[in-house]
Amino acid sequence: MIGEKTELTLPSRIDTVATAAAAVADFVGRYGISDDAAFGIDMAVREAVTNAVLHGNRQDEKKVVEIILKSSPDAVEISVHDQGPGFNPEAVPDPTEQENILKTSGRGIFFMRTFMDEVDWTIRPGGGTTVRMLKRR
Amino acid sequence: MAELNINERQAGDVTVLDMSGKITIGEGSVALRTAIRRLLEEGKKRILLNLAGVGYIDSSGIGELVSSYTAIGKDGGQLKLLNLTQKLQDLLTITKLLTVFDVYDSEAEALNSFK
Repeated sequence: MIGEKTELTLPSRIDTVATAAAAVADFVGRYGISDDAAFGIDMAVREAVTNAVLHGNRQDEKKVVEIILKSSPDAVEISVHDQGPGFNPEAVPDPTEQENILKTSGRGIFFMRTFMDEVDWTIRPGGGTTVRMLKRR
Repeated sequence: MAELNINERQAGDVTVLDMSGKITIGEGSVALRTAIRRLLEEGKKRILLNLAGVGYIDSSGIGELVSSYTAIGKDGGQLKLLNLTQKLQDLLTITKLLTVFDVYDSEAEALNSFK
């Protein structure tokens, strides 16, 4: 992927979600994508960073959330890395199944998958999870 | 300015919360939770959320709407939604929550539905 690249390192706090979303909005704004795509990216980034802060780093301020933004003529790629123990995204129940509709949590990954064209997770051997999300033009 | 502003008014025995801003993780979700808990403590169990001014909601905010709906229902009350933005309607559609919530575009109709 050739194009612009930006890296952010942010603390494991709830307000990092808004900080990251603003930085990503600025980045994709320069890229010239549709409002709908920008909305979807914003949703996905907020959910990914929320997961990194809450479930990955468990708001441990000694841990950080790293975000890498890349653009190419074809797509925007966003990677969010935490320093948590990792998890299995396939084990997260489908929130749209009848028995889960009234659950108060568990929709973040669903939104990431809904609004982005590609989403995958990598568990690093040394610890930490990276979620990579791609939105095509 | 707060992330979520909530203005309360009474229409007969229905409490209408006019909301504007964002219902997202942190301040926005907490503001909604606090408002609903307070209304239940005051015995106000017929609640209409006017979401016309809510331009953004995340999974945490949606979770808070579900939590409010469940808490009010358990207390023998009703929570209904008014004036969803297109984005919010889309989110409730894909999460299948539009089949759960009672949603209105007209306040008069919404208020009548409580009777």
